[in-house]
Amino acid sequence: MPMLSYSAPTTIDEAVSVLAGANGTAKVLSGGTDLLVQLRSGRIQPDLIVDIKRIPGIIGIRQDPGGFAIGAATPCILLTEHQGLKAAWPGVVEAAGLIGSIQVKGRATLAGNLCNASPAADSVPALIAARATCVVAGPGGRREVPVEAIATGPGRTSLAKGELVVEFRLPKRPPRSADAYLRLIPRTEMDIAVVGAAVSVTLEAGGTCTEARVVLGAVAPTAILVPEAAAALVGHRLDAETLQRLDAAARRACKPITDKRGTIEYRTQVAGVLARRAAGIAFARAGERR
Amino acid sequence: MATMGTQGQFKVVGTRPVRPDGVEKVTGRAAFGADLSLPGMLVGKVKRSPHAHARIVSIDVEKARALPGVKAVVTAADFPEIASEEAFVGEGPMNFRDLSCNCMARGKVLYEGHAVAAVAATSSAIADAALDLIEVVYEPLPHVIDVEAAMAPGAPLLHDDLITQGVDPAPRTPSNVAKRVHFSLGDVEAGFRAAQVVLERRYTTKPVHQAYIEPHACVASAGADGQCQIWCSSQGQFMVRAYCAKLLGLPISSIRVTPAEIGGGFGGKTLVYLEPLALALSKQSGRPVKMVMTREEVFRATGPTSGAVVEVKIGATRDGKITGAQAVLKYQAGAFPGSPVQPGCMAAFAMYDLDNVSVTGYDVVCNRPKVAAYRAPGAPIASFAVESCLDELARTLGLDPIALREKNAAKDGTRAVYGPIWKDIGYVETLQAAKKHAHYAAPLGPNQGRGVASGFWFNIGGESTAEVHINEDGTAVVVSGNPDIGGSRASMAMMAAEVLGIPVERVRPIVGDTSSIGYSFLTGGSRVTFATGMAVVQAAQEVVGELKRRAALILDVSPEAIEWRDGAAVPSDADPGRFAPLPLAAIALKAGRTGGPISAKASINAQGAGPGFATHLCDVEVDPETGQVKILRYTAIQDVGRAIHPSYVEGQIQGGVAQGIGWALNEEYIYDANGRLENPGFLDYRVPVASDLPMIEAVMVEVPNPRHPFGVRGVGEVPIVPPMAAVANAIHAATGVRLADLPMSPPRVLAAITRATT
Amino acid sequence: MSKHHVSTTINGEPVEFLCETQQTLLDALRDELQLTGSKEGCSSGDCGACSVIVDGRLVCSCLMLAVEAEGRRIETIEGLAQGERLHPVQKHFLEAAALQCGFCTPGLLVAAKALLDRNPSPTETEARYWLAGNLCRCTGYDKVIRAVMDAAAEIRGE
Repeated sequence: MPMLSYSAPTTIDEAVSVLAGANGTAKVLSGGTDLLVQLRSGRIQPDLIVDIKRIPGIIGIRQDPGGFAIGAATPCILLTEHQGLKAAWPGVVEAAGLIGSIQVKGRATLAGNLCNASPAADSVPALIAARATCVVAGPGGRREVPVEAIATGPGRTSLAKGELVVEFRLPKRPPRSADAYLRLIPRTEMDIAVVGAAVSVTLEAGGTCTEARVVLGAVAPTAILVPEAAAALVGHRLDAETLQRLDAAARRACKPITDKRGTIEYRTQVAGVLARRAAGIAFARAGERR
Repeated sequence: MATMGTQGQFKVVGTRPVRPDGVEKVTGRAAFGADLSLPGMLVGKVKRSPHAHARIVSIDVEKARALPGVKAVVTAADFPEIASEEAFVGEGPMNFRDLSCNCMARGKVLYEGHAVAAVAATSSAIADAALDLIEVVYEPLPHVIDVEAAMAPGAPLLHDDLITQGVDPAPRTPSNVAKRVHFSLGDVEAGFRAAQVVLERRYTTKPVHQAYIEPHACVASAGADGQCQIWCSSQGQFMVRAYCAKLLGLPISSIRVTPAEIGGGFGGKTLVYLEPLALALSKQSGRPVKMVMTREEVFRATGPTSGAVVEVKIGATRDGKITGAQAVLKYQAGAFPGSPVQPGCMAAFAMYDLDNVSVTGYDVVCNRPKVAAYRAPGAPIASFAVESCLDELARTLGLDPIALREKNAAKDGTRAVYGPIWKDIGYVETLQAAKKHAHYAAPLGPNQGRGVASGFWFNIGGESTAEVHINEDGTAVVVSGNPDIGGSRASMAMMAAEVLGIPVERVRPIVGDTSSIGYSFLTGGSRVTFATGMAVVQAAQEVVGELKRRAALILDVSPEAIEWRDGAAVPSDADPGRFAPLPLAAIALKAGRTGGPISAKASINAQGAGPGFATHLCDVEVDPETGQVKILRYTAIQDVGRAIHPSYVEGQIQGGVAQGIGWALNEEYIYDANGRLENPGFLDYRVPVASDLPMIEAVMVEVPNPRHPFGVRGVGEVPIVPPMAAVANAIHAATGVRLADLPMSPPRVLAAITRATT
Repeated sequence: MSKHHVSTTINGEPVEFLCETQQTLLDALRDELQLTGSKEGCSSGDCGACSVIVDGRLVCSCLMLAVEAEGRRIETIEGLAQGERLHPVQKHFLEAAALQCGFCTPGLLVAAKALLDRNPSPTETEARYWLAGNLCRCTGYDKVIRAVMDAAAEIRGE
């Protein structure tokens, strides 16, 4: 009977070494809210679990002049309680705050949400819209990559053997910038997103958008950055025409599937709706900032 | 027996004491099916079919048997082959042969998840490994799940000996239609000819699961002397005993079943799945065996209710009088016959006084788990269709939906389509209360709408036994044989306390095991407070009679000089003041000297269960861009007969409404092209969560049932009958769009809105 | 097969147990420590019946490995009452008849306690969203929410 081993390294280098040197499959245990479910159902059958939570600094949120650094194993509930993060990145925080129940948020982490690579992961569109990066530690050292470089398809990442995400970084915010994340679920809680939309904008004093990023979730194998949707916003105020162009651009970018959570038609239609609504919130928030 | 007292005269009945099992439950001490451990206990697990329909070519268990730690392995070969025989043990139609084959597949697997073997081992991990070592060779067969596809000629056949009953002449070839039922009154074609408006509509529903939070669990222990003990959570310990005895070929007296606390049943635990397997494994291994289903197993292998197609035709004159009503109900039975299509047919128009009505039902087998009862089995589906159609009729005629129902309401003297003449029913009272309720007049905003729907359930009586014992200190114990799934134990104590005249805190209610209390039919059919309550009252009244006789001895007066009041023997009105009241405790103290222990037993087959009626009001708000539906406000008005413990009656109403809302909006079984269930978990089988619902106002109208000493009417099932139509009607009011297919999930609502606006 | 030795604190008491890697904290509580108050409803973190509090955070014990409990401070339903003195949420659940079958009740009570520890004045909506991770199939949540609001009022001293 295969024995499942457990390791709890106390430094990043030790974690890298354990992962790189593992015989058979090794899985990183961060929050565990995806891993344990997959373990229980037999969907994954690793030989080794590497619990990274004992590494100092891997849990915590640091604010400095350059922005924010969030330890990879920080439970999402902590993000929702961090006033500074909420003020600067309300969209990222509300996205993390939508991951499962309070119980799930007490454990679930951004690293797990990202590396589990579900197309419907809630935090990912918001992080990409925010131009977040993640620090990857591996046998070759550390590298910092945009969040969108990690997931390559459902359940697949670009991480090599021995690599793990150790930190997320959010850049400093220019004035009159804000983000927002909305998702559609059939109930009011506890569902995987059928569609997710993240919008991050910067406005100039008159309310015209000078910079935008629009990212859709659950409508393609990974979260997708939609440059055409951003282009619909840049140089414009959020008027009816802009919203219509945004809606259309969002719909055109969708490559969804029909599954037990939604149909192609539904996801496409709602992607446009959510993009409009998220843009509305982001613009309103940005307009309130000096 | 005569109804006792009137409103306001009761000391205990109608109050809200804390339930006797409450502290146990809020401290985590209450013992549910999976909470028991016995020395030497093994873990049992089940191997299940990955195919929706297949012939079992061979099963080889030798490698599993040889694995260290495995102590027993069973397949169908370890169970007696049972001939076809109707069982009158549980709720709904059941055949012993079918139940046996459902518990352990014989020859064929008929649904994904169908049990083919079971093992018992010294640990969970070893049991899992043993399952992987069992080699089953299947010959997959074409499968069919949709009810109409299963009825169509040329459909894959589940049972080659299934000849449709209820058709004359009987068909010569087998099919998937197990039974046809038909009820009618008058001449429905004439009724349609007399109508000025005729609506003909088709409705569909998907299978939904009872979704109790506690998975099935049991511990079985077979002794070397053949004496067997089973500890399980179920809706009927006597049902478990009877089914296990039959399925294993054992005498009933050799099995003792102790009911654990049950974590929800709603009809889904009125039969057995694990208990016969655990018992067989225990016999083979000589050790106790615990079996607990995973959530996935609960969804894949236990009975959700039917998915269905219902075609309704209603004709009326312009003033709203229904002149003809017809319905054809096609219900999935799952792998074996026994859908609730018959009660569905009977309940469909039960709220209405109709001269011309025809209802036909088809019980259709298909490759999904065998249907189990789910709260008012059959009626919610039928009412979704009929109450939606009536709503459309009201709008077509420009009539208020409550007024339409009042015009056609069943009253005392109305004959129901399935035969009985109503007496002492409270349907009209619920309509009147709905009309007067503040909810009905409350203003609505944009994208909001209000729906009305009514419901009915028969409620049953049946066999129950109860005992009342007086302890030496004057406290009492009430023993009955019905698992408590909704607070019935509190009501038993309250009724006994009322009759005995003592505070309810001095009465301890116990649910006995099968060897400690006489036979009781299971907990279901909204019967316990009615039937078991009746037995409790009868036993308590006999105890009072005995207390009076003992008092006469103690006081040295004749028994005619004594009455029982407020828990004491008092002088009868003919001779007041003759002696000071002699309280129960004082009589109990002298029990030994006056004749021995004071107790009584009542074994009854309770008749006269009163049917229940309800009218519900539902307000929704629909997001026209996403199809999401929010329930804003819900009022459920129900004739409850007499609420023994009002909080628990309210609780039944609120719980039933919540299940109905889930059924209406998001719950459904989703199958892939291979007949495999895609959503066997609470993530994608979407029951309502706390943030999905508003407060649910339960309005209890009391039209006492004169055939129960306290006027009790069953209450637990009616509440799930109206919500689906109430929600559908509200969505129509909010959007102008009529949804006839459940569930009304956001994609379906949005698609309907989009179709309507393009 | 060698097991992990775990030292932890449960309801204020130091506790030790042995476990295999794949056992969850819920498995350890129920099977190794006979603390059967926390229930298994789904094993996938979707029903909340297994809710416990770890280092002050509400979590599903089925989503934690038993070995992760090392050095942590765990509170379960068994620790909610102080002897015969019930916690206000327990008391109000009883008075408001906020339980029927009682299976989801331990998880709901632990979740409610966690809510009121953090927010003694929740609105009805806040309470509903906080408790969305605790499924109840019997009550329709109405009396549950009322009980939580009443308990909050008592804790606030009203």
